[in-house]
Amino acid sequence: MIDSLLQILSSTLRVSTPLLFAALGGLMSERSGVINIALEGLMLVGAFTGAIVAYSFHSPWLGWGAAAISGVLLAAIYAASVINWKADQIVAGTAINMLALGMVPFISKILYGVTGTSPTIPADERFIFAPIILVWVFLLIIHFWLGRTPSGLWVRFAGEHPKALDAAGIGVKKVRWGAVLMGGALAALGGATLSTMLSSAYARNMTAGRGFMALAALIFGKWRPIPTAMACLLFGFTEALQIRLQGVVLWGTEPVPVQFIQILPYLVTVLVLAGLVGHSRPPKALGLFFEKD
Amino acid sequence: MNRGRLLEILRPLVAVVIGLSLGLLVTLVAGENPIHVLSVLLKSAFGSRYDFGMTLYYATPLIFTGLSVAVAFHAGLFNIGAEGQLTLGALAAAVLGASFAGTPSWIAPILATLAAFLIGGIWGAIPGWLRAKRGSHEVINTIMLNFIAGGIASYLTLYWFRNLETQNPETRPIGPGFAISQWAFFGGAPVSWAFALALLTALAVWVFLWKTVPGYELRAVGQSEGAARVARIDPAKVRILAMAIAGGLAGLVGVGEVLGGAGKFKLGFSPDYGFIGIAVALLGRNRPVGVVAAAILFGALHKGTADLDLETEHVTRDISLVLQALVILCVSAEGLFHLRWLRKKRAAQ
Repeated sequence: MIDSLLQILSSTLRVSTPLLFAALGGLMSERSGVINIALEGLMLVGAFTGAIVAYSFHSPWLGWGAAAISGVLLAAIYAASVINWKADQIVAGTAINMLALGMVPFISKILYGVTGTSPTIPADERFIFAPIILVWVFLLIIHFWLGRTPSGLWVRFAGEHPKALDAAGIGVKKVRWGAVLMGGALAALGGATLSTMLSSAYARNMTAGRGFMALAALIFGKWRPIPTAMACLLFGFTEALQIRLQGVVLWGTEPVPVQFIQILPYLVTVLVLAGLVGHSRPPKALGLFFEKD
Repeated sequence: MNRGRLLEILRPLVAVVIGLSLGLLVTLVAGENPIHVLSVLLKSAFGSRYDFGMTLYYATPLIFTGLSVAVAFHAGLFNIGAEGQLTLGALAAAVLGASFAGTPSWIAPILATLAAFLIGGIWGAIPGWLRAKRGSHEVINTIMLNFIAGGIASYLTLYWFRNLETQNPETRPIGPGFAISQWAFFGGAPVSWAFALALLTALAVWVFLWKTVPGYELRAVGQSEGAARVARIDPAKVRILAMAIAGGLAGLVGVGEVLGGAGKFKLGFSPDYGFIGIAVALLGRNRPVGVVAAAILFGALHKGTADLDLETEHVTRDISLVLQALVILCVSAEGLFHLRWLRKKRAAQ
């Protein structure tokens, strides 16, 4: 009993790590006023880049670095579209996800001749636990940075009162650019964690909706770092539980259908948003294009 | 035709051309000749009756999802949930068809179509109700409901209606009375009366939005909630109705897919028709005619890229997603077209 409980807890910490990275990425972007439903695509690109660079250069850290850069590049396309060219954030975010879904197999085909999985990274060239610790360090840094530093304040103002920030002589677009790019790097690190720690290679569409789940965690956590992390842990717990409960008979004679456990996080998010389990308020200027008068 | 109207049509066309050109340039990176890629694409999408039939077959679900997104959009709502709505709508049609396999063919397809519309509509009405009554945003709710619909569909398919004759995760086949005939003209492509239904539906949506009172109310709420209130329109009711219709339209994807195509519900049959519907609506300026045109374009892209796997060395059908994404980005990035000289010209006037 104790054994399986510990197993579930450690598994929870592991599977919530990519989620938390992506949710922090989303948090950066959304607190600055830019909706980010592109998290899914950013994660996917990070997962792919992380895996192939870690494999080619025999270092998960290099894989991570490359993943972060790939995230920044993809996020830059998104930032240019929505911050400068006035594209709708939901539409452009959807497009970025499709772009990632199409580009990754395209590049994979050029590099390896196949569109499915990347070569397997040897066990000693993968992460064992470093990302798990780092993500919590990042969380604390972001928590203090947003709350206690001038530049953190700029990000919050860009999301709440962009006009006021502009009046104070700080460029709203610049702040949003910075936040979206950093968000892209973080989300990509989440993807890279998936491919270099939780598994041993990139597999086609391996993010499987985790970007959207991270977004849900962010909203569930009311756009605040610590509660968002708790939401990620909760979602990670349901994922760990689902892995553990596969084929287990709880009542009657049939095993519990995994589908019921799989939809739990999404159901919880809908209920939270409906105000049935607490209330969540987005940043005031979230999703609004900013134009200097 | 005045200049504004002309620009409205021209802008998406230019965006499509730019998006496609960018996408073809990408194939250059893979060491392919973009002209060759383009010719394969065109030949594969329009080369023969069969090819064109396949293009129309892929366009059919996109017309439905495009209309779905467009109707919601006219009410000021973003329907990202077409994917979940079409999943459950298609499942409803398949389950009905398999459970009452003996239903005679003069009524069976109509019943299945209604079931798909109804179930999709209910699934769409949920985020509509949540938005209208609980104030929670439909974008996130519809995304979440997509996953929930996926879970429900997977559970029902695997535990209740599974086809035990195959290893594939799919439902039992529908009764013969439910099948809609495919058009022989297209040489075996599964394009059926569902395509005609899609065109009729586009017409019906146009009539509804621009020629009826509820349609007018729906657009009024989308344009200005305050003004609508003054006119004694209840925005909450309109929003729920709009999302229910949007959901129903997405549910109709099941007609072509289940009754006209596979004859059963296959888990994961949709290559993101719901998400592509957003692009279709956007490209079609949320007008039914535009949606039909955009759906055929995207259907052609989908079919055209299918042959790239064989005809080129490095480019696979995945490039279709890249092309679609670039087209969407170019169409939605308004600012890209407000070129400096244009702005100056306007200022001078």
